Amino acid sequence: MPIKATVPIVYLGKQYEEPLPLSYAEKPIFDKGIQGARLIAKEANQAGRFVGYAFDLVEAIVPANADVVAKAKEILAKGDAFIIADLEPKDLLAVADLPEAKNSILVNIRSNKEALRQEQCRPNVFHILPDWAMRADALAQYLIWKKWPRWFIVRGDTPADKEYVEQIKRAAKRFGGKIVAEKVYDLPPGARNTDSGYQQVQAQIPMVTESAPEHDVVWVANIDEGFGDYIAYRTYLPRPVVGTQGLQALAWDSSYTEYGAMHFQNGLPKLAKRRPVERDYTAWLGGRALTDGIMRSGETAPAKVKEYLVSDKFKLEGFKGQAMSFRTWDHQLRQPIILGGGTRVPVSVSPQEGFLHPTNVTDTLGFDQPETKCKLP
Amino acid sequence: MTRIILAAASAVALLFFAAPAFATTIFVSNEKDNTITVVNADTLEVVKTIKVSRRPRGIMLSPDFKELFVAAGDGDIMDVIDTKTLEKSRELESGPDPELMAIDPAGKVIYIANEDDSLVTIMDIKSGDVLGEVPVGVEPEGMGVSPDGKFTVATSESTSMAHVIDNTTMKLIANVLVDSRPREAKFTPDGKELWVSSEVGGTISVIDPKTWKVVKKITFEVPGVRPEQLQPVGMDFTKDGKEVFVALGPANRVAVIDTATKEVKNYILVGQRPWHGEMGPDGKKYYVANGLTNDLTVIDVESQKAEKSVPVGRLPWGVAIMP
Repeated sequence: MPIKATVPIVYLGKQYEEPLPLSYAEKPIFDKGIQGARLIAKEANQAGRFVGYAFDLVEAIVPANADVVAKAKEILAKGDAFIIADLEPKDLLAVADLPEAKNSILVNIRSNKEALRQEQCRPNVFHILPDWAMRADALAQYLIWKKWPRWFIVRGDTPADKEYVEQIKRAAKRFGGKIVAEKVYDLPPGARNTDSGYQQVQAQIPMVTESAPEHDVVWVANIDEGFGDYIAYRTYLPRPVVGTQGLQALAWDSSYTEYGAMHFQNGLPKLAKRRPVERDYTAWLGGRALTDGIMRSGETAPAKVKEYLVSDKFKLEGFKGQAMSFRTWDHQLRQPIILGGGTRVPVSVSPQEGFLHPTNVTDTLGFDQPETKCKLP
Repeated sequence: MTRIILAAASAVALLFFAAPAFATTIFVSNEKDNTITVVNADTLEVVKTIKVSRRPRGIMLSPDFKELFVAAGDGDIMDVIDTKTLEKSRELESGPDPELMAIDPAGKVIYIANEDDSLVTIMDIKSGDVLGEVPVGVEPEGMGVSPDGKFTVATSESTSMAHVIDNTTMKLIANVLVDSRPREAKFTPDGKELWVSSEVGGTISVIDPKTWKVVKKITFEVPGVRPEQLQPVGMDFTKDGKEVFVALGPANRVAVIDTATKEVKNYILVGQRPWHGEMGPDGKKYYVANGLTNDLTVIDVESQKAEKSVPVGRLPWGVAIMP
């Protein structure tokens, strides 16, 4: 079929500094996300051939000290754009708020930040990645189903960790969990585990966790990964560890194989020469939302495709066994969430059986319409 | 007198040897066990378990029933089993990751969906020679040949399309957009309609082979069952073509649809995660494989009741039946 339109899909990112893996045995990954985008661009072109569309992936990733907003302006000067946004919240909002970005679409594939879905929501921003509330709810439902309702939180002393803990507390209220204690882990990270420092870490972690009242699990909030991986199997009482380490709530996991997932689990390594990570999947899914939106609506103007994305005709397939769609109140993609993060087979997928909702049980995860603080025009 | 006795004796002898050596035989592919379970349809006893290459899914008999073809996805090969000896007799170099296949009514050509490569491989059944390759959409699975042998339809799960190949030219002549994740494509026995099941979309698209356009979409509804669990996958028409039995995956049911009116007449509870089944040769029973309960449910077609379940291997996928 002759190509009737070639549509650019922009991958906008920045080489932000990220915590290196705790262990030398794990190779750091510097191309998270972009590989997922490259895979979906290839597949969208395969599909587009049959209906007359071609897609051009424009890779716009600026170095760590560069100005990504300036890059965005350069791109938007060419016209309204479809943007896969691999940006930290400050940059995401700066780009979304540019007057020239008004009729573009940005899909957030990187940031968990709650405020972006609430007070800081934007009409031109859509969220692929689940937020902290969805992740906390996904874990909480499982813990309640397991009848493990008493949670001992151990968190880092950072604003990001505090934000996640707020959502854990919200989840406890919603589903009947009880936070028995909250401890700030304030010891210097990392050093004591190298060169046979095991004895010191082994002794240190029980001390940190000893004083808590009776609890069923230890819920860790340690986004910068300084200590969270040390908690499991070292707590004072024998307890499972969940949260940012241990059992995690994820949009993608390397152990997940259902509903055609092997297609992605095999497809990404062929391209990227490494295993897939969560951001590869969210970039892939974000690109799929945009290209599917274009092909199925027949529109190439972002403003028109946006209308299609929030309509009830839009059904996004992404190996989760059910069609996913965007919540009209905050543009968050509603989706099942995998509980895994280290086990060879996933532990579970939320929402859990038994949790009820009047219209869509997947909306038991995250902020539902009546509670949203987002006011879209 | 002697002549009559002799004639009677030989008539008895003839009867003795003319009786069928084997009962109707059911073959089930076990995706996780890498085996085929062979079941005697009369006694419902497991006769044999045949080891095959890794990740067997699509399973189909040649029109003369002499060979059983098994698409082994992780083994990147098509195993061929001799139905007399119940042993593997040869292999077909199917191309990588074969999932499902279709065979032309004359039994000469096999069409294979290569899932990882987005290709349909067209192969001579006897020689294994590749006659052609047709690039289709991403993740091809469903394969159906029209009763007149003129067209082969492949569904691409990721691209959500049904692709129509003209078997004379081996070229794509139509690409029909359907709902999310189309798993199977089947022509009605009279060839007048093409049915395509969309697993995640939750619908069956009925396509007119004259125009290759969707003329009707069938949806499902079961009180108490979440809509997203109603996922149509395998479709099998009754012998007279008047009804079609559809496996609904996580809904744990088989739907019965009136082919003419497109109305769902009944839902039959079976085991967990039924995906594919097959009608018995006399049209009286329908056999469906339940992926998560590792068994095969026998449904009586007339009463539309599930009668019995037979344990098979792990993660059973497809069913093929030899009269």
